[in-house]
Amino acid sequence: MNDRRAEPEGPSGAAVPNGAAAAAILSAGAGCFFLGLFAWLGDAFHAVARFLVFYGPTGPLSGVTTTGILIWLASWGILAKLWRGKSLPMGIISVVAFMLLGMGVLLTFPPFGDLLQGK
Amino acid sequence: MTFRELVTALHGMGFGAFFLLAFSGALFELHRVCTSKGPSDTCKGDLRLLRAYLIAMCVLGWCAVLSGAYIVYPWYRAHPPAGLADLAEYSQRKLLSSPATSGWHRFGMEWKEYVAWFAPIAMTMVAYVIIHYGPDLAKHRRVRNAVFVFAAAAFLAAGVAGVLGALINKNAPVQGGATMILMGGTK
Repeated sequence: MNDRRAEPEGPSGAAVPNGAAAAAILSAGAGCFFLGLFAWLGDAFHAVARFLVFYGPTGPLSGVTTTGILIWLASWGILAKLWRGKSLPMGIISVVAFMLLGMGVLLTFPPFGDLLQGK
Repeated sequence: MTFRELVTALHGMGFGAFFLLAFSGALFELHRVCTSKGPSDTCKGDLRLLRAYLIAMCVLGWCAVLSGAYIVYPWYRAHPPAGLADLAEYSQRKLLSSPATSGWHRFGMEWKEYVAWFAPIAMTMVAYVIIHYGPDLAKHRRVRNAVFVFAAAAFLAAGVAGVLGALINKNAPVQGGATMILMGGTK
C-alpha cells in the first residue's frame, strides 16, 4: 500500500507522509458508520436496544454513542500506529471514508432505517 | 424561566449555536492555511490562534452533544406517572399523544439524537489533521479535500440537529425545575 513516489515535501524538504491523516480520516468514517449501524440495530431489535442502555435516563442512545466513539478512537489508535511514517493511496482511503460516513448518515435517517426494516 | 429551559437554551443556543457559528471561521482559516505558500506565509502566531480556535470549536461540539444526551434528553424522554393528563413536562409523550405532532419525535428527534454526534467526531478529525499538518496540508490535495468534505458533513449534521432541536422545542418545550426570574417586568 506504500507509495513514496507521490510523497510531498515539507518546509524543510523532508518527506511529509500522509499516514497520520489517513488514519484519522478513515477512523472518523468508521466511527460514523458504526454509530449509524448501532442506532439502526437498536431501532430494529429490542434485545439490542436493551443491551445498549448504558445509562438508564438516556436509554439506548447512551450505548449507541459510547460504542461508536470507542470504535472510532480504537480504530484511530490502531491505524495511526500501523500507518505512522507511511504514505498511503489517499484517493482510495478517502472514498472508503466517504462511503462509511454516507452509510452512517443513511442508517440514522429514520425513513431509510424503516425501509430496511420493511416497515 | 425554569431551570430545565435554561439548561436547554445553554445546550442549543450556547454550545450548539456557537459551534455552528464557528464553522465559517474554521472553513475560512482552513482555506487560508491550505493556500499559503509555506510557514513564512503563515506565521506561528496565526497557527497558534488557529489551533486554539479549532480546539475551542471541538470542545463546544462535544459539550453540545454530551449536555444534550445526558442532561436535556433524559428530561425530554421522561415517562409521566400513570393517569397524568397534563404532559407539559413530558415533551416526548406530549408529541406522541397527537398524530399531528408525533412526527416531530418519530422523525425529528429520532434523527437528531444520532446524527448530531457526527459533527464533533468529524470536527475532531478535521482539527487534528489541520493542527498536525499545518501549512504542509497545502501539499496534500487529497487529504485537504477529505478534510473539507468531513468539515462540510459536520456542518450539515450540526445544522440538521440544531434546526430540528429548535423546532421540536418549539412544539414541546422541555420544562420543569425551579423557576428563575432573569428579567423583571417594567412599572
